[in-house]
Amino acid sequence: MYKRFISLQWKAFFRSASLGRSLGLKIFMAFIAIYFAIVFLLLGIGLYPLLKEALPEEEPLNIVNRWLLIYLGLELMMRFFLQTLPVMTVKPLLTFPIPKKKVVNYMLLQSLFSFFNFLPLLLIVPFAVFTAYKGDAGAAAMAGWAVAVYGLVLCVNYMNFLLKKKFADNLKALLPYLVLILVLYALEHFEIFSITELVASGMEAVLEMPFLAVIPLLLLIALYKWNQNVLLKRFYLDESLKGKVTLAKSQDFQWLRKFGDIAPFLQLDLKLIWRNKRPRSLIFISLLIMGYGMIFYPNDAYQDMQAFFVFVGIFMTGIFMINFGQFIPAWDSSYYSMMMSQNIPLKQYLNSKAALIIFSIVLLTILTTPYVYFGYNVLIINLACAVYNIGVNVPVLLLAGSYNRKRIDLEKSPFMNYQGTGAAQWLIALPLMVIPILIFWLLNKFISFDVAVITLAALGFIGILFRSIIMDMIAQSYKKNKYAMINGFKQTGE
Amino acid sequence: MALNKPANKMITVTNLSKVYNGTCVLNIEHLEIPRGQSFGLVGNNGAGKTTFFSLLLDLIQPTTGNVFNNEITVSQSEEWKPFTSSFIDESFLIGYLTPEEYFNFVGDLRNRNKADVAAFLKNFEDFFNGEILGRNKYLRDLSKGNQKKVGIVAALIGEPEVVILDEPFANLDPTTQIRLKALIRDLSEKSEMTILISSHDLIHVTEVCERIVVLDKGLVVNDIKTSEATLKELEQYFAGGYAKEVKESSEAENI
Repeated sequence: MYKRFISLQWKAFFRSASLGRSLGLKIFMAFIAIYFAIVFLLLGIGLYPLLKEALPEEEPLNIVNRWLLIYLGLELMMRFFLQTLPVMTVKPLLTFPIPKKKVVNYMLLQSLFSFFNFLPLLLIVPFAVFTAYKGDAGAAAMAGWAVAVYGLVLCVNYMNFLLKKKFADNLKALLPYLVLILVLYALEHFEIFSITELVASGMEAVLEMPFLAVIPLLLLIALYKWNQNVLLKRFYLDESLKGKVTLAKSQDFQWLRKFGDIAPFLQLDLKLIWRNKRPRSLIFISLLIMGYGMIFYPNDAYQDMQAFFVFVGIFMTGIFMINFGQFIPAWDSSYYSMMMSQNIPLKQYLNSKAALIIFSIVLLTILTTPYVYFGYNVLIINLACAVYNIGVNVPVLLLAGSYNRKRIDLEKSPFMNYQGTGAAQWLIALPLMVIPILIFWLLNKFISFDVAVITLAALGFIGILFRSIIMDMIAQSYKKNKYAMINGFKQTGE
Repeated sequence: MALNKPANKMITVTNLSKVYNGTCVLNIEHLEIPRGQSFGLVGNNGAGKTTFFSLLLDLIQPTTGNVFNNEITVSQSEEWKPFTSSFIDESFLIGYLTPEEYFNFVGDLRNRNKADVAAFLKNFEDFFNGEILGRNKYLRDLSKGNQKKVGIVAALIGEPEVVILDEPFANLDPTTQIRLKALIRDLSEKSEMTILISSHDLIHVTEVCERIVVLDKGLVVNDIKTSEATLKELEQYFAGGYAKEVKESSEAENI
C-alpha cells in the first residue's frame, strides 16, 4: 500500500502542469539546500575545536548540552514557519477501501524524510565522532548521546505538526505559551531555576548510562501516536479538507467614486488586497521595509557612498510597487478570462493598476520623510527616487506584466511561496534598482550630486509627461499577449 | 450611422477553425445566427462547444477564419464587448467578492448604477431561492450550483444584445433548471436578445432553443429548426444513427 502512495506522489510531482516551468526554481532551491547542508556539516566538524578555543576552561560537550534546549526551541520556531505536514490529496482516497490509519501513517512517516530532519544529523554526528575521538567521552556514551539528541530533534518534528494544527489559524492562542517561555527565561536570568541546566543534566545522565537514550525515543513514539490520533479525528471532509468559511461583509468604498472610469477597478483591487492572504501581507511587508533606512542612514560606512541611498530610496518608496506590480496582472489570474470578455478597455484596466501603485508610492514617500533627520540629502534622494519610480519603474513593471503567464492562488501565504514567480519576474526586479543606482553613481562621481538627483527626477517627469502614449504602448503589448496569458492563467497546480 | 441600424444577422462565422497540436478541434465553414434567436449547441464531450464559445469571446485565437459579432471582427476590435456578455465557467467569477459586490461590479462595467442593479436583481428573487443575496458569503464559499446562478444572472445585467452561456443547466437543481428554462424562454420572446446556449441535455435545449446545431468532433453535423419532432430526432441521432452519420459527414468532408 505504501508503495502505491509513493508512486502516486511521484506521479503528482512529475506530471504537475508546471514541472518544466518551475525547473529553474527547483534548481535554485536545490542550491539553497546544498548550501545549508555544507554550512551545517562544517559547523558540525568545527564545533568542537571552535568551542575549545573560545572557552578553553570548559568541556565543549557541556556547553553543547546546556545550549541544547535553546537549539531545539529555535528549530521548533523555524519549522513552525517553514515546514508543512506533507499533504496528500486525501479527498479521492476517502471513499476507497483503504484504512484511514494507513494514509495517516504514511503521511507521518513521510515527514521523517524531510530535509529539516536531515540537517541536524550533519551537525550531531560529526560532533559526536569528534568528541569521542578526543576522548572526552566514551564511544558508547557518545553514540547514546547522538541517538538521544536526534530523537529529540525528531520529537520537534512531530511537535511542530501538533502546534500547527492547534495554532496555525489562531496565533493569539500562542500567547500563554509565550508567557511561559518568558517566565522560564526570567527564572533562568535571575538564577532561580534553570531549565537549560535541567536538560543538560539529563544529557549528562545519558552520557553516563547510554541506554537512557531510549527515553527520547519513547517520547518520540508518544508524539507520533498523538499526531496519529489528531489526524485520524480530522480525517473527514468537513474538518480539515473543506476549509473554513469566513463571514463576508459587503463594502463598496464609495469615496473612490471620484476617480471616475477607473473607480470600479480600484474598488476591486482594494478588496483583492484586503480579503486575500497573500496580497494582504504585502501591506505589512511594505510597512516593515520602512525601517530599512535605519540600517543605512546612521552607518558612517555609507556616508561616502550616496548611491546606496538611491537603492534604499527606490526600495522604500517602491516596495509595494515591486511586490504588487511584479504580479500584475496575475493577481487577477483566476478570473482573467472574465476580465478579457467583459466590457473593460485594457487601457482603463492598466490605468487603475498604475493609479493604485502611484498612490502607494506617494504614501510610502510621505512615511519616509522623517528620515530627513539624517540629512537633507536623504530626503532629496528619496523624493527623486519616488518620482523615478512613478515615471519609469511603474510603466516598466506594467509592461513586464504582459509577459506574465503564471497563475497565483490568492489564499496562499507569501512566505517561502514562489508561486507565480518566473524567470521574467526575477529579472525585472534587478533593472528597477540597478539602472537608477548606476545613473546616480556615474553622475554623482563625475559631475555632482545635484545633477545626479535632478537627472533621476527628470527621467521620472519625462515618464509622467508621456504617460498616455506609454500606456497605449503597454496596452498593445497586453493585447498581443492576451491569448497566451489567458491560457497560462488557467494552468493550476504548483 | 449605418452601423447603428440593427442588422438582422447578429453573429456570422466564416471559415472558422482551431487546431491544437495538429488536431483540428473545430472547423465551421459558415454559420449565421440572426438577431434575437435562441440558439442551442449540442454535442458530446470534445465536440468543440466550449472552443466555439471561447472563439466567439476572443479568449482563444482562431487558426483560420473570423467571427463577426454585429459586423465587428471580434479578434481585431473590442467594440463587441459593450453589447455581449457571457458565463463560461467559474473563471468568470471573482472569488473574493460577495454576490452583491460582484453584481455591482459587473453593473459598473455595463453602466448600471447600484439602484439599477438592485432593481434588476428584484426579478430574480425566485431564481436565487434565498441562497444568494444577503448571506454574507464570498463567491468562493458558495456551492457550485449557486456560483452558477450568480454567473448566469450577472451575464444578464445591462440588457446585453448577445448572451453566451456554456452548460447553464449543469450543476443546477431541478427547480432552478425549470426556472432557468422559463427565464430564457421569456427573454427570447420579450426581447431582441440573442441567446447562445450549449448543453448535454437534449430535453433542455429543445425546450428553450428555436434552433439547434449539433457539433461532432468540431464539425457541424446537423442544423435543425426546433419542432415537436426535434427531440426524437436528436435522441435517435445520439443513440444509434450517430456513428453512421458522422462517417458519412466526414466522407462528405473528404470530397
